[in-house]
Amino acid sequence: MSISLEGGEVMRFQSFLSKLQLGEQEACKNGLIFFTSVQDRGFARNYPGDRLREDFQRIGELAVNPLGDRIINAFFPNEKQTLDFRSFIRILACFRPTAKDKTADPNAPEPINSRTNKLRFAFQLYDLDGDGKISREELIQVLRMMLEAQVTDDQLESITDRTIQEADLDGDGAISFEEFRKSLENINLEHKMSIRFLQ
Amino acid sequence: GFTESLNTLRHTFTHAEVMGRARSVVGWVLLTALAVLLCCPAALSSLDEEHPDSDTEHGESHEGNETGFHIVTFRWEHVQAPYVIALWILVASLGKIVFHLSERVTSVVPESALLIVLGLILGGIVWAADHTASFTLTPNVFFFYLLPPIVLDAGYFMPNRHFFGNLGTILMYAVIGTVWNAATTGLSLYGIFKTGIMGHLQAGLLEFLLFGSLIAAVDPVAVLAVFEEVHVNEVLFIIVFGESLLNDAVTVVLYNVFSSFVAIGGENIEGLDYFKGIVSFFVVSLGGTAVGIVFAFLLSLVTRFTKHVRVIEPGFVFVISYLSYLTAEMLSLSAILAITFCGICCQKYVKANLCEQSITTVRYAMKMLASGAETIIFMFLGISAVDTKIWTWNTAFILLTLVFISVYRVIGVVIQTWILNHYRVVQLEIIDQVVMSYGGLRGAVAFALVVLLDSQHIHERRLFISTTIIVVYFTVIFQGLTIKPLVKWLKVKRTQQKEPLLNEKLHGRAFDHILSAIEDISGQIGHNYLRDKWTNFDRKYLSKLMMRKSAQVSRDKILSVFRELNLKDAISYVSEGERRGSLAFIRSSSDVNVDFTGPRHSVVDSSVSALLRESTSEVCLDMQAIENRMKSGKDREETVTHHMLQQHLYKPRKRYRLNYSRHKLAVRNEGEQQDKEIFQRTMKKRLENFKPTKLANNYTTKFRNMKKERAAKKKHSDAVSNGKIPAHSVSFHVNKDSDVEDHYDPSDGGISFLITPARNESDEPISGFNNPGFSTEEDDSTFQMTPPWVSNEETVIPSQRARLQLPRSPTNFRRLTPLQLSSRSIDSFLLADISDEHPLSFLPESSM
Repeated sequence: MSISLEGGEVMRFQSFLSKLQLGEQEACKNGLIFFTSVQDRGFARNYPGDRLREDFQRIGELAVNPLGDRIINAFFPNEKQTLDFRSFIRILACFRPTAKDKTADPNAPEPINSRTNKLRFAFQLYDLDGDGKISREELIQVLRMMLEAQVTDDQLESITDRTIQEADLDGDGAISFEEFRKSLENINLEHKMSIRFLQ
Repeated sequence: GFTESLNTLRHTFTHAEVMGRARSVVGWVLLTALAVLLCCPAALSSLDEEHPDSDTEHGESHEGNETGFHIVTFRWEHVQAPYVIALWILVASLGKIVFHLSERVTSVVPESALLIVLGLILGGIVWAADHTASFTLTPNVFFFYLLPPIVLDAGYFMPNRHFFGNLGTILMYAVIGTVWNAATTGLSLYGIFKTGIMGHLQAGLLEFLLFGSLIAAVDPVAVLAVFEEVHVNEVLFIIVFGESLLNDAVTVVLYNVFSSFVAIGGENIEGLDYFKGIVSFFVVSLGGTAVGIVFAFLLSLVTRFTKHVRVIEPGFVFVISYLSYLTAEMLSLSAILAITFCGICCQKYVKANLCEQSITTVRYAMKMLASGAETIIFMFLGISAVDTKIWTWNTAFILLTLVFISVYRVIGVVIQTWILNHYRVVQLEIIDQVVMSYGGLRGAVAFALVVLLDSQHIHERRLFISTTIIVVYFTVIFQGLTIKPLVKWLKVKRTQQKEPLLNEKLHGRAFDHILSAIEDISGQIGHNYLRDKWTNFDRKYLSKLMMRKSAQVSRDKILSVFRELNLKDAISYVSEGERRGSLAFIRSSSDVNVDFTGPRHSVVDSSVSALLRESTSEVCLDMQAIENRMKSGKDREETVTHHMLQQHLYKPRKRYRLNYSRHKLAVRNEGEQQDKEIFQRTMKKRLENFKPTKLANNYTTKFRNMKKERAAKKKHSDAVSNGKIPAHSVSFHVNKDSDVEDHYDPSDGGISFLITPARNESDEPISGFNNPGFSTEEDDSTFQMTPPWVSNEETVIPSQRARLQLPRSPTNFRRLTPLQLSSRSIDSFLLADISDEHPLSFLPESSM
């Protein structure tokens, strides 16, 4: 842990931990480091206080990340400007590697880092208007962000159409979450959407 | 005896292979051919002795001609060496054909095992004919000629992402695992030897350790041969295979250290020597890797300039990689590491620089060489075993070696996996561990190393050789035979052969961005962070330096998958057309031949030409495309639109190109430019959050855009009039100034081809804004404000002339006629349009 807590804060942190759900707790231990490392970038805020949207926007690498803005928005849903620690942890927990737990209770609630939740995180980055479907326009926008500038709009649209055509099972010209999941069936999400040190 | 053995050979084959009737005919022909060939090397080899006799006989009968000119002379010695080599290669290849005649055999027995058995039989035949082992696998041939192609193939086709993603794991198994195996096997054998079970052996601790070190290493050739047929999942494969490649450095060092220790004698070893040994490990491994990287750099750089010598282009790949191998060997570094990393590092740039045919050539030649070398290696592993000079039997030693290498492999794998699983995202489960333990095959490298041993110092060389052969046979044949059922039984995750899917590639890319963003937010340096940094570095510097300029453009993976898919579509499009009986359907007047629904059609259209554009010059292609398509009335406007879009949308790329060629500084700017672009876009977006309404702003931007587009169109209209646009289009052009009345007819080709698309194909590509910075501003609220020429019609009517024609479209020409007639200048016309007309009346019902 990269920060040292003082007596009272340890207590506060412990009680905070106990309130978290399973899965969030584990991520929290690391999340603590992250949250403070955001702090290390020059944001003097109270641990484990809230973060502002600007704090994230000031991270240089994120501005260069094509999807950086969308990802920040995922941390600050509904035009919120602040992010509390709990929500932060909840999102990070989504990226924990999925543990192969054979003894898992089938009736247990879906873990926060389940395949579906990982997919849902990605899906909402596309689905800007939140109607549960990736429309053609939404996909074009994301593609425009991700592809190099040399790609012509012509190519871009062709790719978009092709992508939708490939995934679109019910023929409505948009990709629903179910179709999104179907199209990624063969992808090893434990590998692709997990971060090691959240283990 | 010879015919007998031949018969038995035939017998075994016919028993082994249950063939269909038609097949068996072919099989017999091949078998006979094989049998004939089998005699050849054996017979020829013994020809050395017979030759003088036959020569004298020959000479006697033609004594008169002795001094005269010989029309035909028989000079076997002259060609002997290459002839024998060629024959062996032929035999091995024919053997391979025979095996594959029966799928049932090859689906059960791995090819490597079959080849060893074939080698044993051939060796037996040679032995029977000759009573000496004339042909053996010499370390020289193996290390200089047979091993490099296999390793190069492995490196060149290495799935880099998997390899580097699992590099830590691979290194752990390769280094620590190999040391562990060597040490435990050597020490345990020595321990047992001390108890006296093995009887008397002239060997000390060092000899046992030396043997342990050469038998410890998992063999890349054997692993590749067996695992390629098993198809376990990528992660498992890359770990086992990567280990077998990278452990070479460890093997080389251990082998060299111990054999020199044995040579100088155990009592003369100083503490410094151990230290030297450890240092030499780092020198050998890192040095080998460095040599490989340097040569990969060289190779990439060379291929950048081979544009005019396409024919020898593929040769560079082989020669330079081979040089990396030899250089490393010369510097006594790890040659396998050198050539592996040469392949790994150059693949991206070489594939980008070489032309399509050369890439195919390289691919096939490499596969051919590798698989040929592999075939020969296994066959000679069989042949070499038939030699009484190398065999001694020591049951205890041999059996215990087998037990120890298996047991310690399992223990080593379990311990290391337990440690590694604390650090891995994807856990290696027990099933994986079983396969990894079981996949620890030993092969030709061990054999070549053991043959290299100096019998002067190693008194038990023969025992070591025999044991190595037994170990190799056991692992390749027995484990190779059983690993497939084992994998099936354990239900190990297999790789599925699947089509590349655009969705997977696309979302996979998004996942990468998400992960690296999360790592950025968390401030941690992880895989994704490093990969992101590497990609940026590669894009900014390496690709600039080592890729052809034309290749630097649009090398995006997503694009290439898309292109691949389109190529497939195009091929199926053509074959579908052929199936329906029309070979010339592309030129036919309608494209209803093939049913591509909806957007797919335009996909094919644009991408096929995009494909062609890659190979030929842009202008040439597009004119060609137009010429081809002009016959089809319906496609005409599409093509023209397409052409114009090309002209117009490619501007940024051309601009970049200019930047590259100027000087180095500009080259560096481009990469930053992209970052800057994204950055600006991001910032603009953020700003917009605070300024939700800024229509006026947008409007001016659009207007600015318009100007740009118009400039592009102007340029285009020139291009078109220079090119071979069909007659009515040209006449159109002429008429423009002389007789306007002509074009009032709505059925006129010129008009209809400009207008229809606006109606029918509202989903046609929108003429985009080439600067993506602007594209974000294209939201619906501002759309209502756009002047008519920016609206939907605008998107498919690219030329200046076209815009002139627009008002004359059947719906509105009456209203606009006076206006149009009055304006000669386009700009004034447009301005008049803004001020006088209600823009909304132009808007088609369907929105963008």
